[in-house]
Amino acid sequence: MTETYAHLSNNAVYSATIVFTLAMIAHVAEWALARQLTAPLAGPLQRALVPARTAGSGVVDGAVTGTSAADAAGSGDAHAAAARDGDDLERSDRFGRIGFGLTVLGFLVLAVGVVFRGIAAQRVPWGNMYEFSITGCLAVCAAYIVMVRKYDTRWLGLLVTGFLVIVLGIAVIVLYRPLTPLVPALHSYWLMIHVSSAAVAGGAYTVGALASVLYLLRRRLERKAVEHPDLPRTGFLWRTPPAEAIDRVAYRVHAFAFPLWTFAVMCGAIWAQYAWGRFWGWDPKEVWAFITWVAYAAYLHARATAGWQGRSAAYVALLGYATFLFNFVGINLFGSGLHSYAGM
Amino acid sequence: MPHPSDQEVVPAADQPEQATADQAAAGPATGGASTSPHGSAPALRPLEFLRWAWRQLTSMRTALILLFLLAIAAIPGSLIPQDRVDPSAVLLFEQRHPAIAPLFRHIGMFNVYSSTWFSAIYLLLFVSLLGCIIPRLRVYLRSARARPPKAPRNLARLSAYDTWTTDAGVDEEVERARTLLRGQRRRVEVYPSDGGTVVSAEKGYLREAGNLVFHVAVLVVLVGFAVTGLFGFKGSVAVIAGQGFSDTLTQYDDFTPGARFNPDGLTPFSFTVRHFHVTYDTSGAGIGTPLTFDAALSVTDHPGAAPYPYDLQVNHPLQIGGTSVFLVGHGYAPVITVRDGDGHVAYSGPVIFLPQDGSFTSFGVIKAPDAQPAQLGFEGYFFPTARLGPGATPYSAFPAADNPVLSLVGYHGDLGLDSGLPQSVYVLDKSHLTPFKAAAGRPRALLLREGQTVELANGMGSVRFDGLKTWVKLQINDQPGKVIPLVGVLAAIAGLLCSLFIRPRRTWVRVRGEGRRTVVEVAALDRASGGDPGAHVRQVAEALRPAEPKEPQ
Ligand code: HEM
Repeated sequence: MTETYAHLSNNAVYSATIVFTLAMIAHVAEWALARQLTAPLAGPLQRALVPARTAGSGVVDGAVTGTSAADAAGSGDAHAAAARDGDDLERSDRFGRIGFGLTVLGFLVLAVGVVFRGIAAQRVPWGNMYEFSITGCLAVCAAYIVMVRKYDTRWLGLLVTGFLVIVLGIAVIVLYRPLTPLVPALHSYWLMIHVSSAAVAGGAYTVGALASVLYLLRRRLERKAVEHPDLPRTGFLWRTPPAEAIDRVAYRVHAFAFPLWTFAVMCGAIWAQYAWGRFWGWDPKEVWAFITWVAYAAYLHARATAGWQGRSAAYVALLGYATFLFNFVGINLFGSGLHSYAGM
Repeated sequence: MPHPSDQEVVPAADQPEQATADQAAAGPATGGASTSPHGSAPALRPLEFLRWAWRQLTSMRTALILLFLLAIAAIPGSLIPQDRVDPSAVLLFEQRHPAIAPLFRHIGMFNVYSSTWFSAIYLLLFVSLLGCIIPRLRVYLRSARARPPKAPRNLARLSAYDTWTTDAGVDEEVERARTLLRGQRRRVEVYPSDGGTVVSAEKGYLREAGNLVFHVAVLVVLVGFAVTGLFGFKGSVAVIAGQGFSDTLTQYDDFTPGARFNPDGLTPFSFTVRHFHVTYDTSGAGIGTPLTFDAALSVTDHPGAAPYPYDLQVNHPLQIGGTSVFLVGHGYAPVITVRDGDGHVAYSGPVIFLPQDGSFTSFGVIKAPDAQPAQLGFEGYFFPTARLGPGATPYSAFPAADNPVLSLVGYHGDLGLDSGLPQSVYVLDKSHLTPFKAAAGRPRALLLREGQTVELANGMGSVRFDGLKTWVKLQINDQPGKVIPLVGVLAAIAGLLCSLFIRPRRTWVRVRGEGRRTVVEVAALDRASGGDPGAHVRQVAEALRPAEPKEPQ
C-alpha cells in the first residue's frame, strides 16, 4: 500500500514537471509572439493588458472578415500591419491563457504528488530536501495562482513556470530520496506549523522575487524609452503593467510573506524549545532564518526611506531572497548543526 | 517626494531645557575646551553636534544601515564553529588552522553572538529604535483624535483625481459624498473651501498604531531574552540508566548560570532513570533512523515527596516548577571490570562512551589509578553491531546493540592525575603511559565481547566486559520570564499585520457651483505605499457620478 502511494507520488511529480515544462513553452510562445507588437498607447497603463485584449480581439474580428481580396486591396500597409498585429496579439494571448491553464493543471497534479508522498510516509511530506522542494514548489504555484486571480498577474507566467521547472527538475534528478521515517525530534505540531508556514512564506517570497526581477527589467525599459523616445516599443515586456504597478504587486506579496515568516520563525523557536531545551541557539539554520528576517525588514524600511525606494528596494528584496535560498540550499548541503539531519 | 513617515521619524524639536541638561552632562567629554565666560553661544556647538548626532542615529537611513550591518555581522557565526553551539568543532578548527585561530579567538569569531562588535550593532539599533519610537509615539497620541485635514488647494495635482459636472445642487452632492464616505467607515469632516465645500475623509489610523506596537514589541522580545538569560541557568548531565540525579550544582556535568542566577533557587527535585529504550527503523532507505526514544524516570519533586513515574521523550520535556528537563542525547555505557597485577579490582562499573556516528560507533576512556604495580588506562571504541571491514578493522553496522564488541588499547604507567591540572574523563593523557604491544610491536587492540575477559601482558592484570548499559544526556534549564519574548513576538505579529495591511488614505470631494452646473472633484492620497488610490477614486466617482455622464470624459 505504502509502495503504491510512493510510486503514484513519484509519477505525479514527474507528470507535474512535464506539465509545467509545457506551460513554460506556452509562455515562451506568448512572449515570442509579442516580440513585434507595439505597446498599447498611453493611458492608465496599469490596466493595459485588459483593455488591450478586448481591443485586440476587435481588430482580429476585422481581420477575419477582412480576408477577402477586395478589402485587402483597399487598405494600405498600415491596415495590413494592424491586422498582423491583431493576429499576433490574439495568438500571444491565447498562448498565455494556455500557459496559465497548464499551470493550474500542473498545480493539481503536483498536489496529488505531495499528498500521496505524505500518505505513503504517514507523516508530513517535508522530511528531507526532496520533499521540501516539491512542497515548496506547490506553495510557489499556489501563491502565483492566487495572485493571477486577485491582481491579474499572468505576466509573471514565464518566470514562475521557469522557476518551477528548474526546481522540480533538480528535485527529481538530484535530490530524490526514497521514503524514510522522521527522526523523533521532528514529531511535533509546532514543527508542522513551522515548516508549513515557512513553505507558504517561501512560496510568496519566490513570487515576490520574480516580480521584483520583472519590475527591474520593466523599469530599465521605461528609462530607456524616456531617453530614446523614438525607439520602437515592441515586445512582451511592453505589455506588462508599468513598473510602478509591478512594484506595488511585489510589495503586496512581500508584505504578505513577512509576517508569515516572522510567525514561522517563532514556531521554529518554540519547537526548538521543546526538542532541545532552548528557543534560540544560533544554529546555522537559525542564523540564516534571522538574516532573512532582517533583510526583508530592511526591504520594508527601504521602501519608506528617501532615496531607497524603487530600484534599491527591489535589490534589497532580491538580497533577502538570496539569503532565503542560501538557508535552504547552502546550509542543508554544507552545514552542520542540529538541523542538518533534516536536510539530505 | 519624501515619504510622509520620513518626516515623522525626525524627533520633534527637543525641549530646550532638556537639551541643555544633556549638554551639561556631556560637557567635559565633548566641549570642555570651548567653555567661555559667557557660556551660552560657543557651548551651543556641542549641543548642536549632539542634536545632529542624535538625529542621524534615529533616522530611517541609519536604521536601514544598522539592519544591514546586523545581517552581515550574523553571517560569520554560521560559517565558523561557535563555542556555544559545538565546542568540539571549535577545537578541531583551532587545530586545523593554527595560524588564524588566535586572531579569530581574539576578535570573538568563536563567540560571535556575544562579541563586542555584534552587541554594539544591536545596542545601537536598540537606541535608534527607542529614539525613533518615542517621538513617533508622541506624535501619534496627539494625532489620534485629529480630524481629517482640509483639502490641498489644487486637487487636480494629485495623481488619483477625477472630475465631472452635474445638474444636482451643491448641498445635495455634499450630502451624498458625506454619506458615501461615512458608510466606508472613514472619519469625515465638511469644510468650506474657496468657492465651494469640501468633504474630507481619512481612514487607516491603526496603521501607525500597529507599526508602533511592532517596534515596541521588538524591544520587548530583546528585553525578554535578556531577562531569561540573566536570571536563568542551563546545565546538562549524562545519566546512566539505573542511576539517579538530584538538582544540585555538583551533579551537573556542565552548568552555565545567568549573571543574576541564584544557586539557592535550584528546585530540590531528584529522579532516577529506570531504563531507556530506543527503537530504530530496521529496513528500507531509512535503516538505522531512530524512531522513538523513551526514558522511564521515577521523579521526586522535593525530598520526602512520593516518587511518580514519567516517560521522558524528545519533544516532551519534564516540567518541575520552573525547571525543564529535556532528553537531548543518548549512548552506550559498557560495564567494565579492571583487575590489577595483584588480582585486586582496580575499576568496576559502567563507562560512558561517546557516540561518533549514526551507527553509534562510540569512543571511551577507562582510568584505573589504583592499579598495582602500575596505573592502568584504556581507550578505544565500542561497536553496538560490530562487523569486520576491509583490513579487519571493525565498524558498527547498526545503532542497536545486536553484536556488541569493545576494542580497547591498554596502557600502563602514570595517568597524570596527580599533576594538579584538571583532566577530562573522556581523554587519556598518554605522555607518561606505555601501550601494551602486540608481537609485531604495534599497540595491541583487545577485542572483547560481553562476558569475555582478556589478560594483560606481563601479568599486569586483566580487563573484563561485564555487560552493557545505556546512558541519556539530559539538558536542564530554568528560563524565568520566557513568556515575555513569546508575548512580544505575538504582539509584534499583530502589530505588523496592522502596519502592513491597513493603508491610511485621505479622500477629498470638492463640490462647487459653476453657473447653473455643479462641478465635483474627487482626489485621494495614500500615506503608505502599496495601495492603489486611483482605483479608490474611480470607485468613489462611480458611486457619485450621475448614471449617464453628460459629457464623455
Ligand atoms: C532603529 C530604528 C528604526 C526606525 C527609525 C524605524 C522606522 C520605521 C518607520 C518609520 C517605518 C514605517 C515605514 C512605512 O510607513 O512604511 C518602519 C516600518 C517598519 N519597521 Fe522599522 N524602524 C526601526 C527599527 C526597526 C527594527 C529594529 C525593525 C526590526 C527588524 C524594524 C522593522 C520594521 C518593519 C518590518 C516595518 C514595515 C512596516 C511598514 O512597512 O509599514 N524597524 N520602521
